Amino acid sequence: MNLIHVEKAYGPVVEGEALVSEEGFSPRYDLDRWSGLITRPGHRLEGASIVDKVCFFPTAKGGIAAGWAFYDIKWKKIAPKAFIFGVTNPVMVQGAVFAGIPITAGWAPHPREVVKTGDWVRVDPGRRLVEVIRAG
Amino acid sequence: MELTSEERAILAGKHGEAPRRALQYQIEVGRFWGAKRLVPVTNVHMMGDIEVMGDAGLEYLREETRLEARCRVATTTNARCIDFALCDKLGQDPAEVAKERELIQCLRCMDAVTTDTCINYQTVYQPHLGEHVAWGDTGTVIYANSVFGARSNFESGPAAFAAALTGRTPEYGFHLSEHRKGTFAVELTAALEDLADWGAVGKLVGEAHQDYFAVPVFHGYRRTPMADELKHLGAALASYGSMAMFHFVGVTPEAPTDLGFLSEKMIVGEKEIQSVYSGYSLGDGDARLVVFSGPQQSLLEMKRLAELFHERRIKDGAACFVTTNGAVLAQSRALGYAGILEKAGVTILEGVCFYILQNLSPMRSRNRWTNMVSNSAKIVNIIGAHRFNTILRRTKECVEIACTGCLK
Repeated sequence: MNLIHVEKAYGPVVEGEALVSEEGFSPRYDLDRWSGLITRPGHRLEGASIVDKVCFFPTAKGGIAAGWAFYDIKWKKIAPKAFIFGVTNPVMVQGAVFAGIPITAGWAPHPREVVKTGDWVRVDPGRRLVEVIRAG
Repeated sequence: MELTSEERAILAGKHGEAPRRALQYQIEVGRFWGAKRLVPVTNVHMMGDIEVMGDAGLEYLREETRLEARCRVATTTNARCIDFALCDKLGQDPAEVAKERELIQCLRCMDAVTTDTCINYQTVYQPHLGEHVAWGDTGTVIYANSVFGARSNFESGPAAFAAALTGRTPEYGFHLSEHRKGTFAVELTAALEDLADWGAVGKLVGEAHQDYFAVPVFHGYRRTPMADELKHLGAALASYGSMAMFHFVGVTPEAPTDLGFLSEKMIVGEKEIQSVYSGYSLGDGDARLVVFSGPQQSLLEMKRLAELFHERRIKDGAACFVTTNGAVLAQSRALGYAGILEKAGVTILEGVCFYILQNLSPMRSRNRWTNMVSNSAKIVNIIGAHRFNTILRRTKECVEIACTGCLK
């Protein structure tokens, strides 16, 4: 099985390398907005880059300030290819849509059963699907 | 999505390019959440400053200015990142200060009212029961939904800005009655005598239920909570739990009277509150930074701080910051509160939040601050990205720490 069904989705079809997190994400609390590296001490992906990745996060963290942050990182060319969230909030969606970054919410099965960091995946928001194309 | 004839006209560009783009964007966001239509809003509160927007955001606003974008409904702005009177003293970057001035000018050109406050609900506009608004800063949203019974989602900067240009917002989340019902009960047996205690409740409840659609129902509390107490409760629930609404039986307008339908029950008593305070590491014991911010101080909070700092002086080498908005500061000056605080060595920052201050990390390094002490549960949660070790303490204890340098 190499498919994840998502409940909600926005954006065009994209492909990229997966970055799978067991911890939630905020572009304000966790990310260095100049390098695209996750820098918050203690984050389970501390040191990892989100640049050009398809990022899987179980939850969204953070407040309103995150809304401008996606546009900012897209402009700096350090944005990910897509955000795949388990649970998200309006700020993440508003921010991703504004920046034109594909985003999805709700998943089955859980990504940990299907995909691991380094795999090559295709995100198809129109069909509500994330597909693992090849193992990393 | 169902669109009215006016919305179709906006989408066809009959009102200009800026509202057309804004509505197109709102439709995309609405589709994601399954919104069936847009709802008119009466009031917009948006976050927009150079620290959160960056050069990309400023360029976007410049373009919108060229497109002659105009706010269709009353639009106010949230706390920002530059204190124009104290920026040199704070070591804020002159280039960023100039960009912030330009950004404010762009917003004023569009008819935004640059109030620079995160306590608009205390000082600018109080929507009524059922009124749809588009507010940003999570603390403003949870107060609007819970205490006023108004209806708003978390509207981040781009979303609130779009609502300002179109006068509407997609109807999903807390605009719909189905999401406004309580989802679990919290019995409050603690006395909750200080604002920090209310923030501690928000931390306990929020951390345990990190879900935008979770709505706690507080009950069992034996006195009437005051506005500043509900403000600290809401700000902390939103910060720790990403929550946008709570009910308080006997206090908030949409609170249920029968809690029998709620299966999950939680109790917050003295022991739980104490566990919050004892849970903070004192780090290296550094007690040189005490902050009253996040949210900005109300006039009554300023009065209380003036009473506590009266004829006191902060310890040599320590720094104590208070943030508030221009209106509260002007009144505090007229009433003598600001004078008392400044005589005690407190720095009052106007129109900003300490958390988003431009250049905060370099400021921390330059002053070799390691700890930050505050009576705000919200700010001790969110400022970690700037690598502070944070400690929540009651208001009076914060004043003692600032004046004695003794951290307990």
